[in-house]
Amino acid sequence: MSSTPDTVGPYPLPSVEPTFGPTPSQTVGPYFSFGLTEPWDEREDAVAPYRTDAIEIFGQVFDGLGEPIPDAMIETWQADPDGRFNHPDDPRGAVPYEGFRGFARSGTDEQGNWRVRTLKPGSIPAADGVTPQAPHIVVTVMARGVLRQLTTRIYFGDEPEANAADPVLQSLPEDARRTLIAEPVEGRGYRFDIHLQGDDETAFFQF
Amino acid sequence: MSESESGLKLPKYSPIPEGEDPSNFAEYRSTKYRFPKRPLFHLPPSIGEITGPLLGEDRVGPHDHDLTAHGHGEPLGERIIVHGRLLDSGGRPIPGQLIEIWQANACGRYVHKVDQHPAPLDPNFTGVGRTVTDAEGRYRFITIKPGAYPWGNHHNAWRPQHIHFSITGRALPQRLVTQMYFPGDPLFVQDPIFNAVRDEKARNRMISRLDLEETVPEWALAYQWDIVLRGPDETPNIETAEEHG
Repeated sequence: MSSTPDTVGPYPLPSVEPTFGPTPSQTVGPYFSFGLTEPWDEREDAVAPYRTDAIEIFGQVFDGLGEPIPDAMIETWQADPDGRFNHPDDPRGAVPYEGFRGFARSGTDEQGNWRVRTLKPGSIPAADGVTPQAPHIVVTVMARGVLRQLTTRIYFGDEPEANAADPVLQSLPEDARRTLIAEPVEGRGYRFDIHLQGDDETAFFQF
Repeated sequence: MSESESGLKLPKYSPIPEGEDPSNFAEYRSTKYRFPKRPLFHLPPSIGEITGPLLGEDRVGPHDHDLTAHGHGEPLGERIIVHGRLLDSGGRPIPGQLIEIWQANACGRYVHKVDQHPAPLDPNFTGVGRTVTDAEGRYRFITIKPGAYPWGNHHNAWRPQHIHFSITGRALPQRLVTQMYFPGDPLFVQDPIFNAVRDEKARNRMISRLDLEETVPEWALAYQWDIVLRGPDETPNIETAEEHG
């Protein structure tokens, strides 16, 4: 670990003139759980409890030393099993799916474990409107020490044909592509570990 | 709005502001092993990333915006009003959006088991609030001015007074977690988290303004702070949005 710096700054004092523009991101910090994950009614559920067709996706979040990160937050957003989003900007129109929100939020525990309970998404149209995108989930990662949220995707290891045709997966080098595949785990669901840094560093996107 | 050959119409969001890529900021030690070293991969416009959870009214109770009303009595400290507007980068208000905040109490202590700062907890203050922006994108919280607190980043490190804000926005490009600061804080000069935003103009957008017009005489000072999210280049499907709103 790095030693404690003796001095930091001095940075210049802020000027007083405000200018209009995007508000910058700041780290979520170490103490967000009482403000973000604990008051969240549905906890790790993107799906109502009565849906027996739910799947669990779980894993750990690691730093560049391979240590689990106990103060990270994961958010997931995804299509429903028909490949639709209940959102007005879905060009096919917003359509609700019974018992399904498409969104979940999970903190990590002391071993860096996170989990969400959801429905497996369907394929969705790609930007070219021709090649469908393989079923996937969009994942946002925040943590102490992360200055701006990181975004990645979860694809499913039991969809090899769809994955092989997915334009986003195929645009990535092999060592990045494999970091986006959640592998099925018998009796439990799918495992998806997230490495913020290091040899197994997860592929993160800008958009 | 970009239209592909197939006729898929997707709103186009402005890029992440320059200098805001997730990266190392050596003087903020926690960044060292927590930033991806590989450049971010470009993702073409896709329905999953230009949509997002629409979180609004049903998530907020009548007193959630008043952090001084969550205990059996009034919390200790300086009562303040924090208000402003939620806008997109085109200056358009963003109505009906969830804003979540969390903060330390007046003594600089968080209600969190990991916070070991030897300052007292306040039984009447949890430091958690929520609200939803109104039709003009406005929000308003009543709270206590948070205290500065020490942290182990460097010798004699103290965080400037701040309130954490989380906004999901209308779509994933608008997702923002940030911190609001107070004007004239002398601790800005030694805070690597505030200064991790390299661009001075952008950095200064995190500082609220003392607002005497909204200050309630004999009751509470007000601070005004507008939050600006990346906007679509034009607002698509307004009618649809209202219909489903």
